Amino acid sequence: MIGAIAIGLVGGIVAGLLGVGGGVLFVPGLVLFLGLDQHHAEATSLLAIVPVAIVGTYRQDSYGNVVRRDALLLGLLSVAGAAAGVALANALSGAVLRDAFAGLMVVVAAQLVHRTRTRRDAPKKA
Amino acid sequence: MAIGTLAGLFSGLFGVGGGSVIVPLLVLWLGYGERAATATSLAAIVFIAGFAAAAQGLYGNVRLLDAVLIGVPAIGGVLIGTWLQQRLQARSIALLFAAVLVASAVELVVR
Repeated sequence: MIGAIAIGLVGGIVAGLLGVGGGVLFVPGLVLFLGLDQHHAEATSLLAIVPVAIVGTYRQDSYGNVVRRDALLLGLLSVAGAAAGVALANALSGAVLRDAFAGLMVVVAAQLVHRTRTRRDAPKKA
Repeated sequence: MAIGTLAGLFSGLFGVGGGSVIVPLLVLWLGYGERAATATSLAAIVFIAGFAAAAQGLYGNVRLLDAVLIGVPAIGGVLIGTWLQQRLQARSIALLFAAVLVASAVELVVR
């Protein structure tokens, strides 16, 4: 229980500080520290992201940064893709999914390094 | 339409929000500025992660208690993180964290 709270708090701080998403931190945290398998970790991460994204959206919208129509359109049009992605994830073995996720982490790390070279400060993102 | 489908696929497959896919596509395809892209992506992620979590729920993979224990403190964490961002030199931290990500990726594959 303390482990989960720590993952949330630390993951949130890093996400706010560096402008990376919470999920890329929650999933490895759940696997490495709480011993969840890859499928459970990904599913749990998805639900954990929702409240963080709601609060972040509320704040960004108050600054007038959210293009509401496009956000709604993007969100609603994602249903089919999300269902397909989840079906695909569940069709893959935990080992394959885990290795693919490790690849994603390396890509996010590369994006992060690239951003420090092109900009002084990373944008805010939850 | 394409961005929404791609983002949903990515989110569902990896258990992440999909911002690292949505933001660049909004910038490249729709000519968004960085700030609006990030904010709009975040709003879309509320729906995308919500749909994907519901789908994972049908497979019985969601640990409800862990999700709440992570998601709620994370709200406070993000507020602290954005506060710190205004006050710290985030550049060296970003590089350090990139190294941590790569190390964790290796740990995931090796274990």
